[in-house]
Amino acid sequence: MAKQLYYEDVDEGGDIPPLVKHPTPRQLVMWAGASGDYHEIHYNKEFALSRGLPDIIVHGQLACCFLGQLITDWIGEEGVLKKLSCSYRGMNFPGEDLICQGKVTGKYVEDGGHYIECNIWAGNPQGEKTVLGTAVVMLPARGQGQ
Amino acid sequence: MAEDLLVSGELKSKIGVELISGEYEIEKGMIQRFVQAVDDPNPLWQDIAPPLFVVVLGFSEFDKQMAKLMGARLHGGTEFEYFKPVRPGDVITASRKIADVREREGKKLGKMAFVTFEITYKNQNGELVAKCRQTAIGYKPHEEKNG
Repeated sequence: MAKQLYYEDVDEGGDIPPLVKHPTPRQLVMWAGASGDYHEIHYNKEFALSRGLPDIIVHGQLACCFLGQLITDWIGEEGVLKKLSCSYRGMNFPGEDLICQGKVTGKYVEDGGHYIECNIWAGNPQGEKTVLGTAVVMLPARGQGQ
Repeated sequence: MAEDLLVSGELKSKIGVELISGEYEIEKGMIQRFVQAVDDPNPLWQDIAPPLFVVVLGFSEFDKQMAKLMGARLHGGTEFEYFKPVRPGDVITASRKIADVREREGKKLGKMAFVTFEITYKNQNGELVAKCRQTAIGYKPHEEKNG
């Protein structure tokens, strides 16, 4: 696991280390089972085609959880994810890389808590952003030894 | 039925309506299935659930409720707020209500309804662990226009 990230380590405009996911049809089936989302557009190609889609598509909510992983990987054990939002704008397909990225948009201290705000997004290999979102995390500060 | 609701604007009258709530006993295996499906090997998820784990609790029944209300729909967005960790052994109650309904004319899909559901998750001690707003976009498939 990555080393602990501290509030002082983060600069406005800085990038979150990207997370590249490789969703497969098998993963979408596992997600269907874990999440209870059994919409056939996510695992039955014939059905997806009949709905005018070019292939089965990655669940939006799974992409949202990938963005959650992007954040929890970055903030380390002592960081806390406070808020995360996702807006589903496009489709991701299994067999294609799904690239999760983010950028720090602000940092502030409130009631003794050290907070970071970020824009986050998921994209396809063509560089199109398919999920847009934001996140707020709380980080430990140096010299705050507990 | 759902399409009629969309046409008449009657969905708007459903704002504030409470949907069926559910109670879920959290087992280690549920968390492991979630973590394996996301393919998130973070060792932290041995003893606590990843923050977004709660969104899957009762999703299939919630989805049925949405189907009944809205008919054909797309997932528009998820807004998630996290307050407290969830651990194996917790009992989580998810309460769902309709928080907002907006109607809009879409270029491709014709008349659409943006319905936002608010879901509150509390643990066995009555503590708020998370809140989630899910927006579903209802549309009438038969009026789908090309281009």
